[in-house]
Amino acid sequence: MSRILASLALLAALALPALAVEPNERLADPVLEGRARTLSKGLRCMVCQNESIDESGADLARDVRVKLRERLTAGDTDEAAVRFIVDRYGKFVLLNPPIEPATYVLWFSPVVILGVATGGILAAIRRRKAAATPPPPLDAAEQARLAALMQESDS
Amino acid sequence: MRKTLYLLPLVLFLAVASYFAAGLRPGRDPHELPSALIDKALPAFDLPALNEGPNITTDSLKGQVVVINFFASWCVPCKLEHPVLMRLSTKEKLPIIGIAYKDAVEDSRKELAKGGNPYARIGVDRKGAVGFDFGVYGVPETYVVDKSGHIRKRFVGPLNADSVEKELLPLLRELTRS
Repeated sequence: MSRILASLALLAALALPALAVEPNERLADPVLEGRARTLSKGLRCMVCQNESIDESGADLARDVRVKLRERLTAGDTDEAAVRFIVDRYGKFVLLNPPIEPATYVLWFSPVVILGVATGGILAAIRRRKAAATPPPPLDAAEQARLAALMQESDS
Repeated sequence: MRKTLYLLPLVLFLAVASYFAAGLRPGRDPHELPSALIDKALPAFDLPALNEGPNITTDSLKGQVVVINFFASWCVPCKLEHPVLMRLSTKEKLPIIGIAYKDAVEDSRKELAKGGNPYARIGVDRKGAVGFDFGVYGVPETYVVDKSGHIRKRFVGPLNADSVEKELLPLLRELTRS
């Protein structure tokens, strides 16, 4: 029993996450390769659309990974290499949408909705509180009038 | 003002519901994306011809309205599109530029010999490098280029009778006129 458990644990330890990046795509320079990996995690595969090119096994994702590495090897900065891809495939490839006029609704609508909702709730609370405060005590004239009325109804 | 405020949730609901309904309308393909190259200049390319003849280059296409179609013999939806392209080339006399995307030369030739060749000229993009510059993410893709060499429209996936009648032909008429 313990031997079975031990071998299972060993097997589990051997199971590495499946990587889409194939060995022949990797760059010899670990710094460049590291930059390429980080950038590929933020780029969408246009075939699978909800996977990054780093995770996707699609042919197109491979092409983009290779192109990205070509650009980095040629001396492009991270921004320039990503722009190269975006120029061809559009802003949709960015998994993290940039803040710009076209995405203001996306980025700011939650804050606006939260603000409006909070304002509404605060106004409602204030109104309820105002309704709940007891009226001010009667002044002398009102007291006298009240007493007179009471007497009237008694008789 | 206060009296009508109770209608607000209903109005909000209708606004959100119509937005979702637009997203669910039949015939909408959520995978279809606008090209990043719309209204941009045609990427520069220089491709060897599949058959005899000079290379197919960006310069050789200048000054005319051009339809460029990316295809491959291994591409299944292309077979669906093939009769539509044949009709365009024979009936509408449309000179279509074909680009054989990531396809072995022999395979492209065999495929066209079998079903007929709808293309005026065909370039060979063996590695898909030109496809990459166009932002091709799934064949078949069809691009319409105006006289000044700017991409005006991209069709992702096979053209069909509907998209040809309603979109492609009207656009071509408009571009040739101007």
